[in-house]
Amino acid sequence: MAIRDKAILEVTNLRKTYGSTVAVDDVSFSVEEGEIFGVLGPNGAGKTTTVECVEGLRRRDGGEIRILGHDPDRDHAALTRVVGVQLQESGLQDRIRVREALDLFATFYADPVPAEELLEELQLAEVAGTAYAKLSGGQKQRLSIALALLGRPRVAVLDELTTGLDPVGRRDTWALVERIRERGVAVLLVTHFMEEAERLCDRVAVIDHGRVVALDSPGGLTGRMGGEQVLRFRVAEPLDQRLLTGLPEVRDVRSAESGYVVTGTNQVAQSVLATLTGAGIVALDLRLDRASLDDAFVALVREDEITTTTSHEEIYS
Amino acid sequence: MTALVALTRNEFRLLRREPLYLFWGLVFPVILLVVLGSIPGFREVNAELGGVSLIATYTPVIIVLSMAFTSVAGLPTVVGTYRERLILKRLATTPVGSARLLTALMVQNLVTTLGMTVLVLLVARLAFGVALPGAPLAWGLTLVLVAGALLSVGLAIAALSPTGKVASAVGNILFFPLMFFAGLWIPLPVMPELLRRIGELTPLGAGVEALQEAAAGQWPELGHLAVLVAYIVVLSVGAVRVFRWT
Repeated sequence: MAIRDKAILEVTNLRKTYGSTVAVDDVSFSVEEGEIFGVLGPNGAGKTTTVECVEGLRRRDGGEIRILGHDPDRDHAALTRVVGVQLQESGLQDRIRVREALDLFATFYADPVPAEELLEELQLAEVAGTAYAKLSGGQKQRLSIALALLGRPRVAVLDELTTGLDPVGRRDTWALVERIRERGVAVLLVTHFMEEAERLCDRVAVIDHGRVVALDSPGGLTGRMGGEQVLRFRVAEPLDQRLLTGLPEVRDVRSAESGYVVTGTNQVAQSVLATLTGAGIVALDLRLDRASLDDAFVALVREDEITTTTSHEEIYS
Repeated sequence: MTALVALTRNEFRLLRREPLYLFWGLVFPVILLVVLGSIPGFREVNAELGGVSLIATYTPVIIVLSMAFTSVAGLPTVVGTYRERLILKRLATTPVGSARLLTALMVQNLVTTLGMTVLVLLVARLAFGVALPGAPLAWGLTLVLVAGALLSVGLAIAALSPTGKVASAVGNILFFPLMFFAGLWIPLPVMPELLRRIGELTPLGAGVEALQEAAAGQWPELGHLAVLVAYIVVLSVGAVRVFRWT
């Protein structure tokens, strides 16, 4: 874990609404120097709205945001000099070439990183003369990161960095995020990939329905699951989930693409199997695991669903 | 190099790589002029047109035709694409901001227009004996006002259209009435009085009349210039107010 000197970014009681829709209800967290901080949450939870308020792209309706002392709403120009942004799904003109894009964006900053250095570091040197439209998804993503780092930011905000990348591209990008941290840049990473958060983040905030439902290290979140175990199986015929939800050893049942996922105490396997056998149901492809961050996440979000009475719509396009 | 200069140079670079825009903005008007000018009847001095040839009447029409193509049909399409691709949003996260890119697009458009205008005037003069504007200062001022009015129309379309495709469609449809009142199909001097009066309230009706007055060596009617200024002020202020960056 990184040495925590002081908060470089502080979000306190952030609130943002669109008409009657509450996108962000109450979000607080802080990111410290040299830290990779993850913002996790299901689609429409308010992750992107939160970071867009941090980036100064949206004006908040309540709460405070400070980045190295700058308020994004009042001090936009100063903010853009210390924050590097990689937007989800943002593109460039089809016919601009990689090197040209870097040289163009370099004119926006007082002391830009030399283009050669970024081309080298982001493995873009051999496509320096290639038009944007001809780049692969991974190359476009790396160029976007290069442009975010060009102005020597103190904080990098990376939104859904690896969405749409293949597993190899994803792993390469993770290595890259770690190198960004080595440059001394704090990273605010928005993701819905648990594996990504587990691998990269020092701490994560889980956001759901516009509120922080948990803030901890990935290990801490998984630890909350106690000694919980996860049983996965498939059944030939549809299963009435109530059969299992009533069992004392079972905490949660959900149906997934591949079958059912049951979370519970270390007795969960015996209990579930005994019940299924009693009902004459055969469980296939059984797998028993210890709870992961993925499971912790699902548990948190489901708990939140039960306690949340207001309904929230997905508000982004 | 300042960011605005870099952004403008980049737009020129992209323009060079987009042959279609360059064709409409620079090559097509010259071709049209040469084709029309090659028809013998177009070069004859005509009393009905106020003692000038048809090609002289058409020279400013050809210039504004190309301007309408690039400003009213072209600009909203480009801005729409930049918005959909989140290029404007991306720039909003840098110290430069996204308004600077719109400025760069307009500077690029104006410079291209000036180049095209000089080219058309020279070819018209050298090949078909069309006199250069009699009141060059007034003519130049009018041209800048026409360019400003057309850019404002383009900016308003870009601001109001939800997508680049809609912007492109609206721009292309609006192009025809604009050009009708510019005298593309019926030259203004022979257009029925009522139509011409209506046309004088449109940017290109007022613009072409003012250009023809300045070409004849007079100071254009103030009413025409006022119409152009009104379009610039109302549309550009309105566009800036409602413009969506994302």
